[in-house]
Amino acid sequence: MAPPHEALVNYVFPNDVHVWWSLMIVIYPYITGLIAGAFVVSALYHVLNLKQFKPIANFALVTAFCFGLFAGMPLLFHLGQPQRAFEIYITPHTTSAMSVFGYVYGGYMIVLTIELWLIYRKHFVRKANETTGLERLIWSALCLGVNTYHPDSEKLDHRLARILAGIGIPWACLLHGYVGFIFGSVKAISWWATALQPIIFLSSAIVSGIAVLLVMYTVVKWTSRAPYDYTMLKSLAAILWAAFIVDWALEILELVHVWYQDSHEWEVIRPLLQGPLYVSYVWGQVGIVSVAATLVLGVAVLGKGNGKGMLYLVNVGSVLLLIQVLLMRFNVVVGGQLISKSGRGFVDFHWEFLGREGLLAALVLFSMPFITYYVISRFIPIFDQPAGQAK
Amino acid sequence: MATSESSETSSDQDSRRRFLKYAASGAATILMVYIPGATAGHRYSRIWKQRSKEHQWAYIIDADKCIGWGGCVRACKRENNVPDGVFRTWIERYIVTEDGVYVDSPNGGLGGFHQADPEIQKKTLYARFIPKMCNHCANPPCVQVCPVGATYKTPEGFVLIDHDHCLGCAYCVQACPYSARFINPVLKKSDKCSWCYHRIKKGKLPACVEACPTGARKFGDLNDPESEVSEILREGKWSVLKPHMHTGPTCFYVELPKEVV
Repeated sequence: MAPPHEALVNYVFPNDVHVWWSLMIVIYPYITGLIAGAFVVSALYHVLNLKQFKPIANFALVTAFCFGLFAGMPLLFHLGQPQRAFEIYITPHTTSAMSVFGYVYGGYMIVLTIELWLIYRKHFVRKANETTGLERLIWSALCLGVNTYHPDSEKLDHRLARILAGIGIPWACLLHGYVGFIFGSVKAISWWATALQPIIFLSSAIVSGIAVLLVMYTVVKWTSRAPYDYTMLKSLAAILWAAFIVDWALEILELVHVWYQDSHEWEVIRPLLQGPLYVSYVWGQVGIVSVAATLVLGVAVLGKGNGKGMLYLVNVGSVLLLIQVLLMRFNVVVGGQLISKSGRGFVDFHWEFLGREGLLAALVLFSMPFITYYVISRFIPIFDQPAGQAK
Repeated sequence: MATSESSETSSDQDSRRRFLKYAASGAATILMVYIPGATAGHRYSRIWKQRSKEHQWAYIIDADKCIGWGGCVRACKRENNVPDGVFRTWIERYIVTEDGVYVDSPNGGLGGFHQADPEIQKKTLYARFIPKMCNHCANPPCVQVCPVGATYKTPEGFVLIDHDHCLGCAYCVQACPYSARFINPVLKKSDKCSWCYHRIKKGKLPACVEACPTGARKFGDLNDPESEVSEILREGKWSVLKPHMHTGPTCFYVELPKEVV
């Protein structure tokens, strides 16, 4: 006779037949992660004054801003009542981990926008004085009416931008750690409920942020036929490599912890990893993709090469890590919901292509920050050093 | 000179100590008064603080009495206009055999249950029908996580949803350990059993309780010592679903098999 509590059939609760949080909630933490990671890179120069990252400090900041503009959008797409989204600001329910998101995200965007404005103020003033007509009006509006710029202004702008960047680092970390907490604090879902969740989200955010910058940098330089800064690329790749090793270790640690405890959670997580998440988690997230990325970046960083070969390796490694982090977001968000709360079965996830939360909407939404970056880069000098860069 | 200096220093120290002592006592008093739970008489419930003296409703399900007819599920669907494919209440069938347990709930038990497979029947040790629904928890995780406070615990024990404020974010759906919540596909808002609040306010019973032909579902007031629910709970033979979740369900089960989650 078998133990009587052992289930013989896949049984899911009748209300568990649908995965309520799907692709939109997968790309939401992915985009917030990219903001946090990119911002941290900009702070390497703006706060820590690491000179080798000066050429990409503004590029990183503009990229973070572009992703920031669209971070809340997936949530709007997902909400059953998007017209009420603003109520999260007006009637926040403070016991909810989600209620403060509006303030954390909104506050961060304010800091980011002001920092960016201070850095580019000199450029705005110059353009306002150089241009005429409608263009002048737009540039003047961006100057907020102050069309003069003194050497002292530059010093002050630089100092203020540095202070804001200093505030921005913990804020960016809070923003993404907090996204991890939204998942990690749900005790009803075994795959989510771990205190490591915010730290894993944060470390993977830094990884994805650096990786996207490296890929974007290469594409921008390649399309504009500008020379690559190989020394800077190698240094940044080294940081990416180290950050990923920490991130990967944390992900494995979480898994080993649940496995070794062999508690109730493992009873449902083990079949999840052997079944629905076998490809995306075992092979993808912690397996082949992670191993390959670590090896490729390891060769790039430890090898003597400092030219095109290294550039290719860094880009392959970065793309692999962007895939790894996306898989991680998918495995957490969707994976957690695949375990029915009956503990005796798995819910099927159906890919949707069209529709509000479908693959197409996700792709369009995810391409928006890149389009925005392209548009912004037509108007402001991202790789030339504008104001606020006196040092 | 040295003595005088040292006595002055000692007096300064005494005064500083006194100041620190008063400041610490003051701070402790403020903390005792203002931090919820720091004072004596801290309640077990984190969220359900304001309990009604008039009524405290509770729901009891007697697992031995349910016959899996499904009339309760149908009554609930009719009463609350619940769309197809989602359930405010449902019935599960547990067939415990020598090989393990078979669990099913075809369409939430809406149309009752067909006979189990003959092979399973041969090995059956015992079987039970278990009605499920929102547990109207004393510490409801759904209330805790709602970002706008659209779901709340009433002093009388109901966990309700304010559909005029629900965003339809589904965080409460994720947080409920019992899968009692769903996003209503028509309203695009969170939905779940309300113990037929609108009927209770009119002095009626919940639709499912009224439809149950065997008395497996009972609803009553714990503030009334003579009520059937009070008497059953006094016997002490009750249990709740997933007690390790510390949600404090106020939907109690009698004769609940161990296999039920």
